[in-house]
Amino acid sequence: MNTFLRIAAWFGASIVVVTILESILKSLKNYQIMGSDIITDYGLSIIGLIGVSISLAVSLQLINGYTGQFSLGHAGFMAIGGYVSAFISKTFLTGQASGKGFIATLFIYIIALIAGAIASAIAGLIVGIPSLRLKGDYLAIVTLGFGEIIRLVIETLDVVGGPRGYIGIPKFPVWKWLSVGGFEGTFSSLSWIFLFAILTIIIIHNIVNSSFGRSLIAIRENEIAAEAMGIDTAFYKVSAFTISAALAGFAGGLYAHLYAQLVPSTFNFVKSVEIIIMIVFGGMGSITGAVLGAVVLTGLPEWLRIMAGLRADWMPNWLATGFSYLPDLRMIIYSSLLIITMLVRPQGILGGYEFSLSRILGKSKKNQAPATSKEEKKS
Amino acid sequence: MEFLQQLMQQLINGIVQGSIYALIALGYTMVYGVLRLINFAHGDVFMVGAYAGFYTAAVFSISQPSIGALILVMTSSMIAAALLGTIIERFAYRPVRKFSRLTSLITAIGVSLLLEYSAQFFFGATPKSFPTVLKVQTITLFNNITISNDSILIIVVSIFLMIVLNLIVFKTKLGKAMRAVSFNLDVAKLMGINTDFIISFTFALGSALAAAAGVLYSIHFIKIDPLMGLLTGLKAFVAAVLGGIGNITGAVLGGLLLGIAETMVSGYISSSYKDVFAFMILIVILLVKPAGLLGSATQEKV
Amino acid sequence: MAGQVILETNNCTIRFGGLVAVNELNLSIQEGEIFGLIGPNGAGKTTIFNLLTGVYAPTSGTIKFLGKQVQGTKPCKISAMGMSRTFQNIRLFSSMTVLENVMTAYHVRTKQSMVDAIFRSFNHQADEKQQRDFSMELLSIFNLAQYANELAPSLPYGSQRRLEIARALATNPKLLLLDEPAAGMNPQESIELMHLIGSIREKFKLTVVLVEHNMKVVMGVCERIQVIEYGKSIALGTPQEVRNDPKVIEAYLGG
Repeated sequence: MNTFLRIAAWFGASIVVVTILESILKSLKNYQIMGSDIITDYGLSIIGLIGVSISLAVSLQLINGYTGQFSLGHAGFMAIGGYVSAFISKTFLTGQASGKGFIATLFIYIIALIAGAIASAIAGLIVGIPSLRLKGDYLAIVTLGFGEIIRLVIETLDVVGGPRGYIGIPKFPVWKWLSVGGFEGTFSSLSWIFLFAILTIIIIHNIVNSSFGRSLIAIRENEIAAEAMGIDTAFYKVSAFTISAALAGFAGGLYAHLYAQLVPSTFNFVKSVEIIIMIVFGGMGSITGAVLGAVVLTGLPEWLRIMAGLRADWMPNWLATGFSYLPDLRMIIYSSLLIITMLVRPQGILGGYEFSLSRILGKSKKNQAPATSKEEKKS
Repeated sequence: MEFLQQLMQQLINGIVQGSIYALIALGYTMVYGVLRLINFAHGDVFMVGAYAGFYTAAVFSISQPSIGALILVMTSSMIAAALLGTIIERFAYRPVRKFSRLTSLITAIGVSLLLEYSAQFFFGATPKSFPTVLKVQTITLFNNITISNDSILIIVVSIFLMIVLNLIVFKTKLGKAMRAVSFNLDVAKLMGINTDFIISFTFALGSALAAAAGVLYSIHFIKIDPLMGLLTGLKAFVAAVLGGIGNITGAVLGGLLLGIAETMVSGYISSSYKDVFAFMILIVILLVKPAGLLGSATQEKV
Repeated sequence: MAGQVILETNNCTIRFGGLVAVNELNLSIQEGEIFGLIGPNGAGKTTIFNLLTGVYAPTSGTIKFLGKQVQGTKPCKISAMGMSRTFQNIRLFSSMTVLENVMTAYHVRTKQSMVDAIFRSFNHQADEKQQRDFSMELLSIFNLAQYANELAPSLPYGSQRRLEIARALATNPKLLLLDEPAAGMNPQESIELMHLIGSIREKFKLTVVLVEHNMKVVMGVCERIQVIEYGKSIALGTPQEVRNDPKVIEAYLGG
């Protein structure tokens, strides 16, 4: 009973927090500051994307950061979740099937997302099994291969639009709970996304700080010793893949409903690498790092766009012209950032440091070292 | 008879495709041999080679096909690529060599993306047409089987380059040093071998071969674009793994096998499964015999 | 209790390609004894440990632990059956604290599931507390309690070796394999180690098998010794008998 109440309390609190945040953000749309909009629909969709990226990065952290298995196919899990959930919600909520009541819509929507997560979990299971026999670079390549196979197979499926894409995906169910003056209380896209982001963080955090998590980390640190201490490394590796894939799949479903359309070429190798860059930059083996990486790297293009539009009297012409190129340089900046991070600070910005309430409150004395995956250097 | 005819045709196409894979695969396998690093950026060196050839032709205003033009384009592109490979190794890979292999892999991915998107930015994302440096003629062999002379060129040049590589690796002191480094870096150092130089040389060699493949590819397929190295490079990597990564003969064998198999799948089953096929081969090989057809497995000391 | 055979091998052989690393080995370890495995470098002693713990499967022959055949069984299962080990090259979990290293090995006895962990159920919290308490107790026995929250690699070398032993004991083994526990220790530390092995044997009702090069430790603490050369057993007996065995002397001094 105690546990149940605690979970309910956390859940309730999270719902309240996210809906208030979303309501504030969306209400700000109605206002302006210094002549321009405080926030636009486009800006809101970017915030939504940041939320999805947080879930993707934190879920990947479980495999790459904590278990030390290098997975380069995360986009594939996202894709499966996205497409499966989109297919279900489109089939049951649009066209001839539309016009259901709010509760029914909500129900179908949740089922769609969960189905996407389950489908991805199964994929994670399948991809996790080769991980048992492969290490390091070889594993990375195999996961890359799986990611590509998933994308290529989706392209052959005309039932979800094939290479041109799947459109007409229904948007999030919206719940307006207040409308007073310029303030509209809503629970919709951003709330769903950030509720799940919070959920992902809590789940991963709770897994990692437990016996289960210690086993994962042991596998990362020294697999042979872990096995000798009774840890069934096969079970844990496959579990890490499965859980991570399920979370990524759910995130993929949220992504699908945020943009209302999906294109297979989005979920390619480069997308997987983008998620990798987030956790490498933020710091592998740190949830805080994953969140930081996700926020910075998803927000980066927008920051570049803002800079590109900068014009000031003191700015020489060549600088302004140079800045205007910034958005196109996005991927060049990403890849340079990756290289520079590896050269200068391979453990990432936070280097395994974890934001922890108990440490701030002075309860725990633990200090964590950079958690780069250490392998014996082979010559 | 018609079936046999088509089979021969496909076989020839497969060998042509396979030769290109083989040339690129050699670079992957040599670098893996000396550094145990999967040089993700290698496929993009192939792309840079193609563009180097393109811009050489532009600079020298080549519009008429000729043997001279061909040699000029090929040579300059190989030199440019060798330079690029050496620079990448020196500034991106060497500093992270002391860290874990994963760090090197991530760096390689970064370099690969950097090359692709820089190319996109500077050369433009729309595909360009490679200038004609060779007058294309179709030659009819026996039984109505045709082969274009650029296909013959690809096969001949590939064979030539592979023979040269073989001579370098197995008949020169430099090659001996390369083989020593690939067996054991530390011991090679102790033997007085300048391992940094050997590693740079290996990169230069592999990159030159990739560039040659790039030029040959462009002559045959004409369209070049900044992302062409991604898929072809990945498949060449599959070929290297198939043959046994670290094994030079394996790279050639793997390249040819993959090229032929892929062409067969494309011709007889469906061309949309062509790309999936290569990845499936990769997964199967890594699960069944990770050392590849000609490779040997190494054990970790417990 | 004593007198029972806890671990035995029968004509156990392992081949790596053309090399026969272990050749028709017959081992018979009595419950409760401290057994030594010695031999010149490269004789195959660590390979034998790897065979016993399931890291390798023998090419032929059998291995029986607690009466059950275990050749080909996965190391984690053998560990769960009650066999634990330390390693020649220290294999601690470097990013974990001393305490966490030991807690990780409690895995075999853990009662919490992943679901428990996610929901932070009462089960999880109780189990965590139990793991923490047991681990601290173990650390105290090994004089490592003051390092509990330090990172494992920050410990002095000798303490790291002791930590590995403490960790191995967290799995509640009946048989403990120690691979060169005295390596890199000074004479003072070696003597302490000898006492430690004797006392943990008593306290935890263990059988101990050790591979060791330090003859003082071997002769001082082992009750029976088997000598391995080129993967083959060449002598078996009490320290006194083995010390005077001409075959052993020849193996160590060269022919």
